Amino acid sequence: MELLSGGDILIRALKDAGVKDVWGYPGGAALHIYDALYRQDDVFHILVRHEQAAVHAADGFSRATGEVGTALVTSGPGATNAITGIATAYMDSIPMVVISGQVPLTKIGQDAFQETDMVGVSRPIVKHSFLVTRAEDIAETIAKAYYIASTGRPGPVVVDIPKDVTDPSYKVPYHWPAETTMRSYQPTDKGHRGQIKRAVKTLIKAKRPVIYTGGGIVIDNAAPHLIALAQKLNFPVTNTLMGLGGYPGTDRQYLGMLGMHGTYEANTAMHHADVIFAVGARFDDRVTNDLEKFCPHATIIHIDVDPTTVSKNIEAHIPIVGTCTSVLTEMLTIADQLDIESDAEALGEWWQQIDQWRADKGIYTQPRYEPSEGTLIKPQDVIKMLYKITNGEAIVTSDVGQHQMFAAQYYLFDEPRMWINSGGLGTMGFGLPAAMGCKRAFPEKDVACVTGEGSIQMCIQELSTCTQHNLPVKIINLNNAALGMVRQWQDMNYSSRYSESVYEDSLPDFVKLAEAYGHVGMKVTHIDELEEKMRECFAMQDRTVFMDICVDRSEHVYPMQMPGGSMRDLWLNKTERT
Amino acid sequence: MKRIISILLENESGALSRVVGLFSQRGYNIDTLTVAPTDDDTLSRLTLTTQGDDQMAEQIVKQLHKLIDTIKVVDLTVGSHIERELMLVKIKAADHDIRAELKSCVDIFRGAIVDVTPHSYTVQLAGDSEKLDAFIEAVCEIGIMEVVRSGVSGISRGDKFLRV
Repeated sequence: MELLSGGDILIRALKDAGVKDVWGYPGGAALHIYDALYRQDDVFHILVRHEQAAVHAADGFSRATGEVGTALVTSGPGATNAITGIATAYMDSIPMVVISGQVPLTKIGQDAFQETDMVGVSRPIVKHSFLVTRAEDIAETIAKAYYIASTGRPGPVVVDIPKDVTDPSYKVPYHWPAETTMRSYQPTDKGHRGQIKRAVKTLIKAKRPVIYTGGGIVIDNAAPHLIALAQKLNFPVTNTLMGLGGYPGTDRQYLGMLGMHGTYEANTAMHHADVIFAVGARFDDRVTNDLEKFCPHATIIHIDVDPTTVSKNIEAHIPIVGTCTSVLTEMLTIADQLDIESDAEALGEWWQQIDQWRADKGIYTQPRYEPSEGTLIKPQDVIKMLYKITNGEAIVTSDVGQHQMFAAQYYLFDEPRMWINSGGLGTMGFGLPAAMGCKRAFPEKDVACVTGEGSIQMCIQELSTCTQHNLPVKIINLNNAALGMVRQWQDMNYSSRYSESVYEDSLPDFVKLAEAYGHVGMKVTHIDELEEKMRECFAMQDRTVFMDICVDRSEHVYPMQMPGGSMRDLWLNKTERT
Repeated sequence: MKRIISILLENESGALSRVVGLFSQRGYNIDTLTVAPTDDDTLSRLTLTTQGDDQMAEQIVKQLHKLIDTIKVVDLTVGSHIERELMLVKIKAADHDIRAELKSCVDIFRGAIVDVTPHSYTVQLAGDSEKLDAFIEAVCEIGIMEVVRSGVSGISRGDKFLRV
């Protein structure tokens, strides 16, 4: 049997786990591993400029492809820099393996140079973690890590490897396990058949149903099953921020996003619904608003692969634990077999009501924001232009803030895995590295990072990675010279006292900055030049382009749920509320 | 309501910290915690007590089960069960009358005096938590020097058992 060192075993195991790309940054405790990387051609390493970006890029890659992303960092500061990225992936259930170097076993606990208890520090934000103490255990641990990360409710797994475990002079036989099973980890796949049947009957009898779907639909590749069931039943569908693209954004049955910045029709329909069918969603506080006032008339059917999500925030009347795909497939079969007719008359009235809400206050029936005055660019119009120029076919990543909400509202995603954003943790700085991951996965697709001048500066060093590894992403910077969402809250709740949310005098010249990294920079200040410049930007297929677009600074994101209210209690603009 | 939760856990490094961390992370309290390997030394048996209504207990059990290292989790409180806790108490006992009173009190509670000095008795007592509380109340005026409680260990009644 072939004898390999720990470092070589790790890389071989990654290859056997199907890993092609690793995003990372070297350092002392990881040097044996980096030397093993150097001596092979199976696993490609992409050097980032900060470990947070390595994890975000692996995350973006995973969100775009559905595969497990992989990041490699060194001990101490390398590991702690990765933490924000790991927490981001954890909150959004993204399958990922993060390998961290660790000080040698003999030095653990001695406050050695660049020592951090990575397993301890990452514990609350990982699905699981391992500290490998023997070279003989590396392959099996890697197999387990990828198995855990990608099954059940996916999530990040940390594998911490002390330096002496990868010592090149200590060689052991390599063995990749043919199959991974764990007595303590057996995720549920199929839902309870009796419950599923009850759910189908309840759905068919519903008079005012809403299908409310989240990131689970995207993660589980369940969109085709959702579309089939929703269209068979002729039910309205709303997606969470994480679920965008899970149901086609341009379909007639789609109500738009729900929640804090959801559409009037989606939030109002939820409030009045008699049956809410939640699929792969988790009744997050950014969706429900005040739990006491949440959907007072609704029977709740809830499908989720994670039992802890069911009845955590809102009690489900019909809980079903299983994957979205398996449960929806079974529901379709049962719906075909059951001899029950849906209440066409009630559904017709419900659709009439919904169409009325759309016509009255929906953001897709007519613009609900003030039109551009003079040459001023409205941020919403930038997103609409992006949608037009990319034919709605770009992968759009975003950072966090107003631009994220505008992108979620106005770029209508028809397919899953096209909208890549940090919904749970809300991590500024996510957009650019995530875009790199997406571009690496799909070099032929347009990848746009919708960002703001606040967020982009949190990981702007990655422009250098884009140069080195030829990742021609398009950065659409909605520059309002302020932390826009913070300022919006300060406008609404703090009498416009802009505490630490403005920094206009110190903003960099983004055009020069982009050029300094070897990219193309563009500044757009007039609405008339937006389309032409954006076309020019996307025409440069092999260049990273930074579009710095100066937008209306006074614009707020609406609709917006009112704190302490029900789902339908919304601000519709600065003066009008429901 | 008091809950007694039993967990069968992989006996691996870091496993216990994941269980304990879960409680602080999710805002639950641990009142008592006992843990030791079982007859199978790859497994630890853990009993913890906490307070919560049915919904909270259900959520705690589900969250514990979600940890990769946990093999089985049971809320013993929902069925008939036995709980036992061990206590060692060091009590001031210099006076002859007090020594006599303590001795009879220990007998009533079916405890044992396991160490004696001219100034103190050390008493060993096992039982459910309420019994131990009652003993402390009975002797507290005499002068307790030190109390050590093991925390609750629990097992279900009848033929049901928790095993891999």
